[in-house]
Amino acid sequence: MTNALSRALETRDWLLADGATGTNLFNMGLQSGDAPEFWNETEQDKIRALYRGAVDAGSDLFLTNSFGANASRLKLHDAGHRAYELSKLAAELGREVADAANREIIVAGSVGPTGEIMGEAGSLSHESAVEMFEETAKGLMDGGADVVWVETISAPEEFRAAAEAFANVGAPWCGTMSFDTAGRTMMGLTSAQMVQLVDSLPNTPIAFGANCGVGASDLLRTIKGFVAQGTQTPIIAKGNAGIPKYHDGHIHYDGTPELMGEYAVLARNAGAKIIGGCCGTMPNHLRAMREALENTPKGDSPTLELITEKMGGFSSESDGTDAGGAAPSRKNKRRRG
Amino acid sequence: MSDEEDDIILSELNDEELVQQMFDDLYDGLKEEIEEAVNILLERKWEPYRILTEALVGGMTIVGADFRDGILFVPEVLLAANAMKGGMFILKPLLAETGAPRMGKMVIGTVKGDIHDIGKNLVSMMMEGAGFEVVDLGINNAVDAYIDAIKAEEADILGMSALLTTTMPYMKVVIDTMVEMGIRDDYVVLVGGAPLNEEFGKAIGADSYCRDAAVAVETAKEYMARKHNQLAAG
Repeated sequence: MTNALSRALETRDWLLADGATGTNLFNMGLQSGDAPEFWNETEQDKIRALYRGAVDAGSDLFLTNSFGANASRLKLHDAGHRAYELSKLAAELGREVADAANREIIVAGSVGPTGEIMGEAGSLSHESAVEMFEETAKGLMDGGADVVWVETISAPEEFRAAAEAFANVGAPWCGTMSFDTAGRTMMGLTSAQMVQLVDSLPNTPIAFGANCGVGASDLLRTIKGFVAQGTQTPIIAKGNAGIPKYHDGHIHYDGTPELMGEYAVLARNAGAKIIGGCCGTMPNHLRAMREALENTPKGDSPTLELITEKMGGFSSESDGTDAGGAAPSRKNKRRRG
Repeated sequence: MSDEEDDIILSELNDEELVQQMFDDLYDGLKEEIEEAVNILLERKWEPYRILTEALVGGMTIVGADFRDGILFVPEVLLAANAMKGGMFILKPLLAETGAPRMGKMVIGTVKGDIHDIGKNLVSMMMEGAGFEVVDLGINNAVDAYIDAIKAEEADILGMSALLTTTMPYMKVVIDTMVEMGIRDDYVVLVGGAPLNEEFGKAIGADSYCRDAAVAVETAKEYMARKHNQLAAG
């Protein structure tokens, strides 16, 4: 393994990832409705400032501004043909900021979902998905990303397609899914099932985990769910800074820096090795997280009770892993005979 | 278990058994079986409206409840809705011919800048499953698209969806425009999407925030019942 992330994971007990992309860009004047990826070309100083915000706050790695840089999503802005180009620009700016820092910073090329449904009930084929992910991943690697990082995925089919695309372009990778529906992904996948999914892939990711979702409590429960499977692959925790609230035409997340600091420590104690934020996580949150991680010795994995006490209640009673990750019990079944 | 041995002959079931079987088949997303059962009930001289409400809507209510309770997830619901659609396709022209009562009409779309449509599609399908007429504007809708459609379609309900924190404030733009035009109170405005919550719905002046597709259907039914009562009382 020669990539910067694998090297860092060998020598460090934990790594601080970055925070929000959308929330930060919105605060810099991104208009509701615009594709943030166009700024990789038209507002390069703002994208540099976004990356620098994370680096200066103590992040060891940051994700590039390329979440929506795939053909399926860009075509809605009449830019479906620009996925490679905009991804490459996102990574080039990232490389520039990382190389100018006075310590080693890892550039992770963000790969977001296609926004389309795969599988039996969907319209996107495996082949098309692989092709789209390849285009984005190739742009990111050509632009100088150390690794690619697929995030906010709900469907196992889509995660698998991304993994295959990354293998095809020879990119080392990480992957996170979003557990936002009763402790599962929107498509019903449990944390335990994600571990099985990751283990079943021919090209194992450098690290895997959860991002976004509902709140810090749910995300920590998901991390515990990964660990319970006995996985050896490093775990990523990237939770939102609380719950979104609306004030005077702007969205504001209610998680304080102190709370995110506590979340970071709990995430590490639960077994996560790469810890960061997601929506609503600003540089001041990251600073508090870095400080908390540096100044708090690693402790025991938090119980669900402790998580509730520190971070608030869970969005659902069960996350589907108490029955060993079995399929939810369906009340109806086609009657035979 | 061998399917062949146990295969069910739908036409051999009595009405009550058949409707129960349709509930199960909707739950399992079996489109062809639903289409066959709808045709059988039509042959047995059931009113199209009765098939819609007792068999299809009845079955989708179970699917909706289990989706709400975290027992079913999006893939299963999409298959169920697809099966429902198969049945509706047969019934739709017949419902119009027989002058069946309307549940209500909804115009729905994802707001400008937002291209996410899984949640919105789900609401669309579940609303159709509950017997509503749905006009789906798709993704990335500017305020004019919404206003033109609710007027032209004589809709009862406007549904807006957003999945991004960067796009959800646009819902307020649409509602503010409706207020300016003096048409806000002519429609029920429902909003939904992952980053939203009840507080946000209130802050922007929507009638209700709907947590998921099942809640959207329940909320829409409540508002339509209220509207009918008001009309009856007025």
